[in-house]
Amino acid sequence: MSATPASLRDEFPLLAATPQLHYLDSAATSQIHRMALDAVVRHETTRRANVSRGTYRLAEAADLAYEQARQTAARFLNATSADEVIFTSGATASLNLVAHAFGGTLKAGDRVVISLAEHHSNFVPWQMLRERTGIELALIPVTTSGQLDLTSLPELIDSKCRLVAVTQCSNVTGAWTDVATLVAAARKVGAKVLLDGAQAVQHGPQDVRALGIDFYAFSGHKCFGPGGVGVLWGRGELLAAMPPFLAGGGMISEVTPQATTWATPPQRFEAGTPPIAQAVGLAAALEWMMSLDWPQIHAREARLCERLIEGLLRIPGLRLLGPEAQEARAPIVSFEIPGLHPHDICQVLDAHQLALRGGHHCAQPLLAALGAEVCTRASIALYNDEADIAALLDGLGFVLRELA
Amino acid sequence: MNDSNALYQDAIKQFAQAAHGHGQLAAATGEAKLDNPLCGDRVRMQVEVASGHIAAVAHETKGCLLCRAAASAIGARAVGQDEAAIESVATALENMLKNETPVPAGWPELSMFEPARAYPSRHRCVLLPFRALLAALTESRR
Repeated sequence: MSATPASLRDEFPLLAATPQLHYLDSAATSQIHRMALDAVVRHETTRRANVSRGTYRLAEAADLAYEQARQTAARFLNATSADEVIFTSGATASLNLVAHAFGGTLKAGDRVVISLAEHHSNFVPWQMLRERTGIELALIPVTTSGQLDLTSLPELIDSKCRLVAVTQCSNVTGAWTDVATLVAAARKVGAKVLLDGAQAVQHGPQDVRALGIDFYAFSGHKCFGPGGVGVLWGRGELLAAMPPFLAGGGMISEVTPQATTWATPPQRFEAGTPPIAQAVGLAAALEWMMSLDWPQIHAREARLCERLIEGLLRIPGLRLLGPEAQEARAPIVSFEIPGLHPHDICQVLDAHQLALRGGHHCAQPLLAALGAEVCTRASIALYNDEADIAALLDGLGFVLRELA
Repeated sequence: MNDSNALYQDAIKQFAQAAHGHGQLAAATGEAKLDNPLCGDRVRMQVEVASGHIAAVAHETKGCLLCRAAASAIGARAVGQDEAAIESVATALENMLKNETPVPAGWPELSMFEPARAYPSRHRCVLLPFRALLAALTESRR
């Protein structure tokens, strides 16, 4: 398949309806693909029923659609089994699930290693676990370009370390994590590895087996699917040994007045009615993604990223956050312009039909480590094109004239 | 197309740049630090209250133009007022932004924020310095 950004753009209802919009905030939320939207509507209008509960034909159809969605997510991740795929409400819920359920198997003095580059959703749950159980929380520092400084690993990942939980790709700098080095260090001491894939999934299918990791978390709304759904993948034997996180219907084997026994995974971790139609919509988005020519898309995204960075660096005083080398970063570009606040920058850009995010991006420890408090971020996805980049660079010219 | 031109009128830029009241007080009777978690705006507001009225006010504001302009307006106008008057202005300003009511009486410069009515996410930028001032006044009473 050799779709162009223009033809891809037409596949996204919101973008097709607003040709003047330059949407450069896909790191926050990607636009939903028509197939995902259609799948949600089709499910809700033809198969809407609760799952794992009813025996009537409509409920059976809902069951089938939901479990097929699980199988699709497993293929997207190259998981060994669909039973290793848990549907959640999003990456944040997936990360909290691991912090509670796997975290519940840890004891005081065990070490969890995260990094300074984490989104708050992979930072705060571990701080809370530390408060609850007395685990030791250690931080991998970052280099001046925002990449994880792996020279610290020998001190941090030793026999006390039980889990390394890090981002696969920074939501601020776009820096890719050297997963192979982290996994090798963790394996030496028997520690498990969790990857926060929230920013990685919109740049293509993943292979959790090749990555050699133990847990993987992502959100549907960041990979062209609906909101309100996410995935936690975990190795089967780890999930089987973990206690539940949330309790309720659907996650039990038997409840008696005296005690309750748990269902096997993945149902053990899906208390209550899951996001059924959203999971079906997400599966449609993932199926579509698996049909794409990703090397071609990556080359195009990298070209746009390079063109954007070249243009930004021509702005006097502008400070770019993140790695200089293209291959070290996803197409997420954050920057500071001295004297101009990101909210003012984004407000002026909005008047020029440009959608960007400004602020701390839920990554205050990373920004502090980089010597910044807030920044402006442009994030590029497969539907962006040269016109979006040109509009942003022109728009920043307006910003400088209007605000400076 | 260029709606932001209306928002970023000269008055806001001038007030932000003037930064009336920027600094610290040597004899503050009350102080408050407030953040806007959405964008990272941060205001440290100090007051010196004597006989129930603001004798001096100072602030250190890190934030967007709207936040800085609002803090500057406080620096220019708050001295001599009492807590009830500040509370009344803050309420009137919030109403002006949310309900399109008139500009707070006695603070005509706050009309510079009228174009911000169209941007609800920015209301908190304008209101943050006033909330910080009220918190500092509460602190001063303790």
